[in-house]
Amino acid sequence: MTSHIVEIDDLSFGYKNKLLHKGINMVFPRGKVVAIMGGSGSGKTTLLRLIGGQIKPTKGEVRVNGEVVHQQDRNGMFKLRRQMGMLFQHGALFTDLSVFDNVAFPIRELTGLPESMIRDLVLMKLNAVGLRGAHTLMPPELSGGMARRVALARAIALDPSIIMYDEPFAGLDPISMGVICDLIRSLNDALGATSIIVSHDVKETFQIADYVYFVANGEVAAEGSPHDLIQSTLPFVHQFVHGEKDGPVPFHYTAPDYQQELMQRG
Amino acid sequence: MANILSQIIRGLRKVGHRVGDQIWRLGAGARLFFLTLTYSTECFRRPRLIVREMYFTGVMSLIIILVSAFFVGMVLALQGYNTLQKYGSSESIGVLVALALVRELGPVITALLFAGRAGTAMTAEIGLMKATEQLSAMEMMAVNPISRVIAPRFWAGVLSMPLLACLFSMVGVLGGHLVAVAQIGVDVGAFWSQMQANVEFVDVTNMLIKSLVFGVACTMIALFEGYDAPPTAEGVSHATTRTVVISALSVLGLDFILTSFMMV
Ligand SMILES: Nc1ncnc2c1ncn2[C@@H]1O[C@H](COP(=O)(O)OP(=O)(O)OP(=O)(O)O)[C@@H](O)[C@H]1O
Ligand SMILES: [Mg+2]
Repeated sequence: MTSHIVEIDDLSFGYKNKLLHKGINMVFPRGKVVAIMGGSGSGKTTLLRLIGGQIKPTKGEVRVNGEVVHQQDRNGMFKLRRQMGMLFQHGALFTDLSVFDNVAFPIRELTGLPESMIRDLVLMKLNAVGLRGAHTLMPPELSGGMARRVALARAIALDPSIIMYDEPFAGLDPISMGVICDLIRSLNDALGATSIIVSHDVKETFQIADYVYFVANGEVAAEGSPHDLIQSTLPFVHQFVHGEKDGPVPFHYTAPDYQQELMQRG
Repeated sequence: MANILSQIIRGLRKVGHRVGDQIWRLGAGARLFFLTLTYSTECFRRPRLIVREMYFTGVMSLIIILVSAFFVGMVLALQGYNTLQKYGSSESIGVLVALALVRELGPVITALLFAGRAGTAMTAEIGLMKATEQLSAMEMMAVNPISRVIAPRFWAGVLSMPLLACLFSMVGVLGGHLVAVAQIGVDVGAFWSQMQANVEFVDVTNMLIKSLVFGVACTMIALFEGYDAPPTAEGVSHATTRTVVISALSVLGLDFILTSFMMV
């Protein structure tokens, strides 16, 4: 057993010829909370999908527990995903199932547990995200933040050993934000799970992460513990951590010169 | 000259693209069909999944199918009587109504209505599940969306169709009976006995075969269109339209092919 549960090795990937990742290397040590940060559209969600084996890398590989993800057959993939839990950026709750049934879904599908036990498990998970009282509601009756919390409860329903969070803090009020922060940290420590957090909320992420990777322009631009990164003098990290408009990270999607384009129309 | 030539080439290229696109879609549809068949074992082990979907697809189209059947039967009786009485054989009206329904109208109209009612709903549902990443989420939970979402809906559609076609024919005959006996005054005994003597068992089995084939076609088209739809609101709405158009054409085309085989 390697000490790194997930390893990303010289990974390149692109949609339609345009390379999104250019030779990314990352390691995720067992039992740690590791954050991946980067601007919008920098390919963070795509990176999670590569780890989950939903898309194949153009070059390089992702290894989970030492096994190359994109070479798995159906059975191997099943085993890999069985250990993973993923919180989707927009929740991705099943709209035809109630909150309770959503959280119960992975338990019912993948285990043969009796219904009474499933009920206890589900209520426990919902209680952890503060939504036990909402278990009869249907997804369209939830607010965005509530849906995210239900999705979180569903992602951890089977106590996975790798938990991937895509933007866990977006759209949460400060109180639930604090609760979710604590929850992620305590889940990690209580279950001995490894957490991968994708986020651009610097404050919350730095509070709970053990290690942080910054991606920009398809590469790992900086990495280190939050403590080191705050003091980092790298212009890129400085810009991101302090939320400055001017710096090496462009705010704009690659575009022709603004003035020129405006003049062309006229 | 060069201009015209380049326009022609551009036109040809467009046609080529569209043809290539359609062939690609046909292949993708066939692939989904075979995947559905291979991943069906799990939903046979859990028949409750199929029953649940049958409730949604079958029951949803039940009312529209029964009402349509009643009217179709009544119209058949009216039209049939009009012609038959000229030849003095108005007692055969029962046969005419029953044969028309069992051989053609039952399976065909049921399939068309099914495509419009249940098929579009299926396409929209699957398309939306895809657009909101529900299928992705399922995949990440190590649950195969084809065996959990597509296969149960497929078998529900395939099993519902013959049942609905039978109901259509029965209610149609009742509608015809109402017009022929109660309104026109054809003899009740003649109506039923002629029907019994002339509608053969093979007509009924042919109806079942037809509606089974239509069931496979309509359900698969609806599921594929949803599964293949671009994950946007516009993509899903286009897909539902295509479901209706392609299902209708396929049903009518298949009906011709099946009928010509059954007539020999
Ligand atoms: N299915 C797809 N087909 C083509 N391009 C895609 C697809 N999904 C994402 N992209 C492109 O890949 C890039 C990265 O997308 P991704 O969702 O990974 O970004 P992200 O880092 O998660 O951004 P955000 O923080 O806004 O969620 C985007 O520029 C997007 O246009
Ligand atoms: Mg994202």
